[in-house]
Amino acid sequence: MKTTVRMRNFVLLGTVSVLSVFLPGLLIKFSVIDAYTAQIFTLAGINAIMAISVNIICGMTGQLSLGQAGFMAIGAYTCIWFAQVAHFPLPLAVVMGAAFSGIAGFFIGFPTLKLSGDYLAIVTLGFGEILRVIFVNLKGITGGANGKRFTTILAASADIAWIVIIGTLVAVIVFLQNFLRSTYGRAIFSVREDEIASNSNGISVFRYKMAGFVVAAFVAGIAGALYAPFIGFVKPDLSSFNRSVDYLIYVVLGGMGSVTGSVLAAFVLTYLQEFLRFLKEYRLLIYPVILILVMLFRPQGLLGMKEFSFVGAWNRLVSKRSARDAQK
Amino acid sequence: MRKNNDDACKGCRISDVLLDVEGLSIVFGGLRAVSDFSCEIKAGELVGLIGPNGAGKTTVFNMLSGVYSPTSGSICFSDPRGRVHNVHEKKPFQLSKIGIARTFQNIRLFGGLTVEDNVLIAMHAQRAINLLDAIFRTPRFYRDEERLRGKARDLLALFRIESKAQELARNLPYGEQRKLEIVRALATDPRLLLLDEPAAGMNPQETKELMELISFIRRQFNLTILLIEHDMKLVMGICERLIVLDYGRTIASGLPEEIRENPAVIKAYLGEEAMIDA
Repeated sequence: MKTTVRMRNFVLLGTVSVLSVFLPGLLIKFSVIDAYTAQIFTLAGINAIMAISVNIICGMTGQLSLGQAGFMAIGAYTCIWFAQVAHFPLPLAVVMGAAFSGIAGFFIGFPTLKLSGDYLAIVTLGFGEILRVIFVNLKGITGGANGKRFTTILAASADIAWIVIIGTLVAVIVFLQNFLRSTYGRAIFSVREDEIASNSNGISVFRYKMAGFVVAAFVAGIAGALYAPFIGFVKPDLSSFNRSVDYLIYVVLGGMGSVTGSVLAAFVLTYLQEFLRFLKEYRLLIYPVILILVMLFRPQGLLGMKEFSFVGAWNRLVSKRSARDAQK
Repeated sequence: MRKNNDDACKGCRISDVLLDVEGLSIVFGGLRAVSDFSCEIKAGELVGLIGPNGAGKTTVFNMLSGVYSPTSGSICFSDPRGRVHNVHEKKPFQLSKIGIARTFQNIRLFGGLTVEDNVLIAMHAQRAINLLDAIFRTPRFYRDEERLRGKARDLLALFRIESKAQELARNLPYGEQRKLEIVRALATDPRLLLLDEPAAGMNPQETKELMELISFIRRQFNLTILLIEHDMKLVMGICERLIVLDYGRTIASGLPEEIRENPAVIKAYLGEEAMIDA
C-alpha cells in the first residue's frame, strides 16, 4: 500500500518535472516563445537557484549571511577557468565551480560561524566585498575589472539554456527537499529555532550551521557556474554587496524558509524588472514600493514558511472529485 | 584530545553511583553563583534540588548539562556501558549522547516546528541512515523514518498529546508545552533526567497528574531523576532525597522529613524571626 503511494507520488512529481523542463524548451525551440522572453525566464531560473541558496542559510539555518553573491562569483570564475584553461567539458566545469564554492564555504564558515546575528552579517558582507577586490586584482585569471568573456552554447541557443538551467533548478529543489525532509534537515531547523535547546538534545549546533552554510555555498556555486556560460560574460561586480541584497530580497518577499516562495519571488521579480521597462527610471520606484507593501501587510513574506506541494494538490483534487461522484 | 575524555575518569569511584559531583564552583565576574557543591546520585534515585529564588539551582543544572563550564570542581557520570565521563569537559550535545537529558525552566521548544518534529529532532543521534540515504531516498531511509516516527508517537501517547502531533509547538497550551519538553528529553534515551521546575505554571490538578507521570516514566524507562521544584508539598511527596541550596551553598541534604525540620532550611525559606517563633 505504502509503496504504491510512493510510486504514484514519484510518477506525479517526475511528470511535473519533465514537463516544466521540456515543454517550454520545445516551445522555445519552435519559436512559440520568443528568445527574449525565454532569456528572461532562464535568468529567473538562475536567480531562483541563488534565492534558494540564500534561503538555506538565512531562512532555514537562521544565520544572516550578506555575502552569498561572493560564492556565486567563485562558482562563475572557477567554471570559466576549468573550461577555458584546463579544457574541461562544460558540465564538468559547472560541477567544479559548485564544488569549489562549497569548499570555499567550508573554509569561510569555519571561523565566521562562531559569530552569530549582526556580527555574522557584517563579516559575510565583508567577505563578498573582499572577494570583489581580489577578483579585480587577479587579472590573469579573472580579466580584472574589464571582466571575462565566456562564449558557450548556453549563450547561443535559448532552448538548450532553458533545459539545462531549469533542469538544474528542478534537480536542486528535489535533492534539497529530500535533504531537508530528513533527520538532517530537522537538525538544521532546530538550530534556527533554538540553539541552546538543540545543543541539549544531541544536535551539534556548530556542525549543522556549517552544513547549512556549505550547502548554501554549494548551491550558490551552481548558480554562478551556470550564470557565467549563460550570460557569456562575468565581472567582479557579481560578488558585490548589492547583488547579495537583491537575492536576499527574493527570499524575504517569498517567505523565509519556503523554497516555493523563493522560486516564485525570483520568477515574478525578475520578470517584473523587464516588464516594467516602459516606465524608464520609474521602475526603480516600483520595486521598493512592492517591498514596503509586503512588509506592511505580510511581514512573514508571501508564503511564510509554507511550501506548495504537487502531491498535496493532486490529493485534494482527487478527493474533491470522488466526493462529487459520491453525491451523484 | 577529545578521545581522552572517554577514558576512565580517575579519582572517581563509580559503582552504583551514576553521578558524582565534587566541589563544584562557578564564578560570574565577582559573583560566586555556586560554591563547593557536592553530591552523589545513585542509579534509580529521584532527588530534589530546592532552595529560595536565586539560590543557584538552575546554575547547577546548567553545569550538569554542559551549558556552563564550572570554574572548579568535577562532575563524573557513568554511561550505560559503565564507562565514566568527565561531564565538565564536554559540550551539551555530547552529554545528550551519553545519556544526560534536561528540560528548561523557561520552556525552550522548537516553536515553529510541529510537535512530532520536536520529538524527532531529539532522536537525531539514533538515526540509522547516512546523508546519501536521505538525499536519494533509499528504502533504508523510509524504514528508519517509520521507526523513529513510531517511537515518537508512542512517547507522545504516554503524555496524551499524540493527537496534537502535527500542530506547531508554539500553539500548544502551556501545560502541554511543559509535557512536550519532557517527551523531547525522554526521546534522547537518557539515563539521567534533569527537570527544571516541571510543574511551574500548572494548576494543582495538572501538577498532581504530572507527578504521577514522572513516577511512572521513572519506572518505565529505568531513569534517575534530579528535579528542581518550588512546590514544597510536591517535592516532599515525590522525592526520596533532597538537597537544599541557599546563596550557592548547600545548606542541608537528606530525607524529606529531616529537611522539613532542619532549622537552616526554615531560616533560608522563612527568615530568622520565623524560626524564633517556631
